Amino acid sequence: MLYREAGQFKTSYAADQQLFPIRQDRIGLILLLAVAFLGVPMFASEYWFSAILIPFLIFALAALGLNILTGYAGQLSLGTAAFMAVGAYAAYNFQLRVEGMPILVSFICAGLTAAGVGILFGLPSLRIKGFYLAVATLAAQFFIVWCLTKFPWLSNNSSSGVISAQNIEILGYAFDTPRDKYLLVLAIVVLLALAAKNMVRSTTGRAWMAVRDMDVAASVIGIRLMRTKLLAFAVSSFYCGVAGALYAYCYLGSVEPDGFSLDMSFRILFMVIIGGVGSILGSFLGAAFILLLPIFLDIALPFFAGLFGLPFSSATVSHIQILVFGALIMFFLIVEPHGLARLWQIAKEKLRLWPFPH
Amino acid sequence: MEFFLEVLIGGLLSGVMYALVALGFVLIYKASGVFNFAQGAMVYLAALSVVGIMEWGAPLWLAVILAFAIMTAFGIATEKFVLRKLVNQPPIALFMATIGLTFFIEGLAPMIFGSDPRALDIGIVDEPIPWILDNWNMVISKFDLIAAGVAAVLVTVLALFFQYTRIGRALRAVADDHQAALSIGIPLQHIWAIVWGVAGFVALVAGMMWGARNGVQFALTFTALKALPVLILGGFTSVPGAIVGGLIIGASEKLAEIYIPPVMQDLFGGNFGGIEGWFPYVLALLFLLVRPEGLFGERHIDRV
Amino acid sequence: MKKVFKPAVAAAAVSLAMLSQAAYSAEQFFPIPSYRVGAYGANGQAFYGGFIDYLNYVNMKDKGVNGVTLTWEECETEYNNAKGVECYERMKGKAAQSAGPIHTMSTGISYALIDKSAQDKLPLAMMGYGRTDAVDGSVFPYAFPLVTTYQMQASAIVKFVKDKLGGNLAGKKIVYLYHDSAYGKEAIVALNAEASLNKFELVQIPVAHPGNEQGAQWLKIRQEKPDFVIFWGWGVMNQTALKAAQKVGYPRDKMIGSWWTGSEEDVVPAGEAAKGYMAATWNVAGKQVPVIADIEKVVYGAGKGNLQDKAKIGTVLYNRGVSAAVLSVEAIRKGQDKYGKGKSLNGEQMRWALENLDITEARLKALGATNLLPEIKTSCANHEGSGKVKIQQWDGAKWVPVSDWIEGNKGLIHPLFQASAKQYAKEKGITPRDCSKEK
Repeated sequence: MLYREAGQFKTSYAADQQLFPIRQDRIGLILLLAVAFLGVPMFASEYWFSAILIPFLIFALAALGLNILTGYAGQLSLGTAAFMAVGAYAAYNFQLRVEGMPILVSFICAGLTAAGVGILFGLPSLRIKGFYLAVATLAAQFFIVWCLTKFPWLSNNSSSGVISAQNIEILGYAFDTPRDKYLLVLAIVVLLALAAKNMVRSTTGRAWMAVRDMDVAASVIGIRLMRTKLLAFAVSSFYCGVAGALYAYCYLGSVEPDGFSLDMSFRILFMVIIGGVGSILGSFLGAAFILLLPIFLDIALPFFAGLFGLPFSSATVSHIQILVFGALIMFFLIVEPHGLARLWQIAKEKLRLWPFPH
Repeated sequence: MEFFLEVLIGGLLSGVMYALVALGFVLIYKASGVFNFAQGAMVYLAALSVVGIMEWGAPLWLAVILAFAIMTAFGIATEKFVLRKLVNQPPIALFMATIGLTFFIEGLAPMIFGSDPRALDIGIVDEPIPWILDNWNMVISKFDLIAAGVAAVLVTVLALFFQYTRIGRALRAVADDHQAALSIGIPLQHIWAIVWGVAGFVALVAGMMWGARNGVQFALTFTALKALPVLILGGFTSVPGAIVGGLIIGASEKLAEIYIPPVMQDLFGGNFGGIEGWFPYVLALLFLLVRPEGLFGERHIDRV
Repeated sequence: MKKVFKPAVAAAAVSLAMLSQAAYSAEQFFPIPSYRVGAYGANGQAFYGGFIDYLNYVNMKDKGVNGVTLTWEECETEYNNAKGVECYERMKGKAAQSAGPIHTMSTGISYALIDKSAQDKLPLAMMGYGRTDAVDGSVFPYAFPLVTTYQMQASAIVKFVKDKLGGNLAGKKIVYLYHDSAYGKEAIVALNAEASLNKFELVQIPVAHPGNEQGAQWLKIRQEKPDFVIFWGWGVMNQTALKAAQKVGYPRDKMIGSWWTGSEEDVVPAGEAAKGYMAATWNVAGKQVPVIADIEKVVYGAGKGNLQDKAKIGTVLYNRGVSAAVLSVEAIRKGQDKYGKGKSLNGEQMRWALENLDITEARLKALGATNLLPEIKTSCANHEGSGKVKIQQWDGAKWVPVSDWIEGNKGLIHPLFQASAKQYAKEKGITPRDCSKEK
């Protein structure tokens, strides 16, 4: 009853094609943003900012990037973390070497650098498909990390290859508290997410989806495969690159190439798949799920074990955490292979009728 | 020249070790179209079961038999509780499920058998063969030769199994087309259970070889990363491809590690060793550009 | 075993109580970001087992430090940087009023925490890992690479090798085989400096992570015929190297590893191949150390031990955990001497204490830790405090010390730290403290 589009007439094409055609969605989004920008900063503790919210937003952005590539354009990639590494190191070098470059411009340049690298590693996608491509993207994962360790220039000749992000200052204002950093990350992520939402309904986005569903058919109806696929790689890597820069500057502070491991790529892929392949909202839901689940298990398991006096040692509890994490992933895939975003859609359908059953 | 040969042979023999792991991937992909990322974790589980059971007092042969039983039971359980429920889902969902399975094993196995790295002694010492060392001044390990022999036997048996037995034929039929196989009365789930059992066996062999070589520990799961380039080079669906791919990857990776870094050092300065992490992948990638379906993979024809 | 969780639950309850009545605080809280699963889980189990056992031991035997009970909370990091940060953030609230030094036993996590811990004024201990130029306390007030660092270790190893090879390294060849990561690369600067000082040839051979395949590297070593191999591995790379050395017939008693390659976990899986292999360490193994034997008696006797597998007591990493705890507890004692006995210390006070540690041979003896670790005296300019290691050799069943404490070449190495710290200060816009004004 509350959530119904009945009565909302569209009188122009522009209105019909707007980003959020349903009024309730618009209101919901505005409320959500208000809470995120105003409510959260007032109430959240430092722990929430620096251990949950900031990584959540950054990983959501990376997942969004991967989702553009995998979910919309249908190209499976296992090298996400490497593109993030490119972003982080590029931002560092732009800040270091270009005198007086504003940090936001550095982030954009970092994204563009990552996009360039992404195009390079996207080239094989013109020939290779499916899991062959997925394994081939591992080449990017290992090669990029190796390069970052091997060329000392990239880490300003640090003996260990570790870089420390410079302080963030925008228009004379120093973003040094967790709350400031959260707001900065939030603003960037919201902008990029809206841009992504806009992009996937455009010609480009539709071309991506056509390629995903069947690339031969897509090329038959006149979509230029090369351009479309490489654009997907570029945009996706741009998002990952910005996420990587934020990861270094707003989250960890110091990063080493090895930190951007295959494991991280997998985690981001998890987010996409648990969240929902081909869904912007899903990237956020997936990031929240994959990030919060281990923390929840870490807190809950010892608590329950202590509650029932179970004879578990700390090592056993840690093992159970991993085990349950794996089991839950399988469980979710079985119960809802289309991801959390699909659950939201079902909920929306239900909401249309609620509270009346018919 | 001697040195070149030594590296080449050492590389070929290492390649056999990669191929052992890659075989497990091929079997499951061939029969069910699932890219089973958990194969590396299965190698770990198998090897850990062997040493774990031996620690409880069983002799090696008994431990191996019991470990085989565990692997078979595990394979069947996986098929029944996970994959069967995901039939008709997109391949990526199945792939993810196997990553979930990887985590599951990585938690379960050390919880039961302990996570300490342990030695696995199967009675073969990893030493240079003195005769070759004396006459040609080359290092060829006895252990590696035996591992190669084991791999050869394994591949032959598997090839014969696929080619000439009823089950083997059924497996190939299922691999070609699930629906068609079902419609002519091949019991699909039965077949899948068998495949997972066989893959478990392959994992056991690989686990024992790798475990005897480097010790039984968590890092056995990383063997999967060595097997993936082998897999794309040889083709996901070809048993001989896994072997040939393994040999190519093993040999070229070792030669590259020896001969490429000095060249790069001349060009850029600095130390460029440690390229084994990515070199096989880039090699496989370049190769794919020429043959997108791998060396022996089935050519895929797209139809609109 | 059943009561393993009690301390954690008690700690949680206690810290809750602390929040409500800040005035009452006769506890000293240790945030422990530990790891017990994954590729390096076995190492973490031994190290953190020893660490927690010693804290328990102090509580049980002496009723804490001057009546201040030691409490702690664990958080599983899986040796993963992002998780380590999450753990740190989760626990730091509880550490606001009383904070023991944080031991992450991970170079990556320490790097990620260096800035944060300085901002939050919580002392970060990096014993034998982490950012080594933090030796310069003027730039890194809250980071403590206690006991010794990779560079000093490398230098000490070179000294040992020099003795072995007859006191002269000129014209000799040493191969440095290392894990191709921040950890492995740290020592290169020191080795290069030593090489030009002692006129030996240094051949660097990196191994890609995870290092479970080293055929090519060892064939190359065979080709080079070095007089010694200095080895910087981690996890599976260690066993693989030993096995590969056997495979090419390189004598293991000419291999000498860093302290992360010299524990039981590293050599046992290699079986016979490990016999004769040497490694550096800053703590000795074995139960003959009185305090270790006493822990077994007191803590495990009461059924409060942290280890699942009692066989790990007295292993290198277990004893390392104990010695890390010994230093932490001694720092608390030192701090209480200044800030009031029977009171808990906050991060700033703890920092002062860590910076003014002075643990003499006599003190070690009183603790029953003679020879467990070297003497330590820290200061603002020297957060390391010792720089000494022992060399131990694996005889097939246990680690046997084969040298006395060896100190690295401080005059050569410490200026490297200062230069690096200076660059860091410049990049980050930090004004270094004036160490002459600290006391």
